[in-house]
Amino acid sequence: MSYVSIVVLSHSFDIVAGVRDLLKQVQPDVPLAIAGGLKNGELGTDVFAIKSAIESVYSPLGVVILFDLGSARLNAEMAIEMLEENQNIRLVDAPLVEGSYAAIIEAGCGADLEDVIAAAMTMKSWNKLSD
Amino acid sequence: MVLGVDEAKRWLTRVNDEIHHNKGYLTNLDQAIGDGDHGINMARGFNEVQKKLTVSTYADLGGLCKDIGMTLLSKVGGASGPLYGTVFLKMSGVLKGCETASIDELTAALDAGLKGIEERGKAKPGDKTMIDVWQPFIQYLQKNGESIDWDKVIILVKEKTEFTKEMEAKKGRAAYLGKRSIGHIDPGAASSNILLTELAYVFKGEVTS
Repeated sequence: MSYVSIVVLSHSFDIVAGVRDLLKQVQPDVPLAIAGGLKNGELGTDVFAIKSAIESVYSPLGVVILFDLGSARLNAEMAIEMLEENQNIRLVDAPLVEGSYAAIIEAGCGADLEDVIAAAMTMKSWNKLSD
Repeated sequence: MVLGVDEAKRWLTRVNDEIHHNKGYLTNLDQAIGDGDHGINMARGFNEVQKKLTVSTYADLGGLCKDIGMTLLSKVGGASGPLYGTVFLKMSGVLKGCETASIDELTAALDAGLKGIEERGKAKPGDKTMIDVWQPFIQYLQKNGESIDWDKVIILVKEKTEFTKEMEAKKGRAAYLGKRSIGHIDPGAASSNILLTELAYVFKGEVTS
């Protein structure tokens, strides 16, 4: 079975490594890549690392990218423009942890790109304190 | 005067010197309203630029700008990497095949760079970003053509940089501070001030190799 892929970006490698552990636990089958921090271990986002992460899980069904702050978006957009195959790659405005969690569960059920994006977006208004 | 490869190298060498000279200042500005690494990032990026300039020869300004753009993109980090990287990549498109650039050609290249910043950063004038320095600078060049007074350019970009202090940030991490960002100069405006001021010095003929 093929799936929509997930890419998680952050300024911190520790953040994306932790998110990866969470996601792999709930859904090990969906292709997942991460990029976080700079080569020298400092905080930041690296356009070339992001490009490689997307390429490593690229699927014509789609790639959903979740990201954290400021330059993560700039570098992700630039990475997408640099890719030769960049159809169906989408940045999603959703909370990093909850959004990627919802996205990978949806993708694991075989959902299409739009449904995976919608699942992540739902987390923007999800009430974590509801009974 | 026209800008050739040697002049462009002198410009960027001066920028590297000034970025290093102001590394602490840029970082302090960024600690106030950003993530506190602008000076470090810019110094690292321009250090690499300097290394490239020392060992490389360029047949045209397009080739030089492309090399600088890719270097900044890969070495600067933060939002400034893609933004300044985009400036030089856009300039390289306009200056492709040009061994020298007239003021009009250079203005067109810098204007393409500004448009690149606007598209990449999705910011507009008044958002407290480097655009608030670049836009009035380009407007002055476009208006004055061959009769540019470079001393006026230096004053203009300094004033516009200072003026970002009064603005409320709408983009980048400073935007999370809202009105609390007022009272601090935008770090990207401050580094753009260095870039554009040093270009003016090269045209004034005060910088020799």
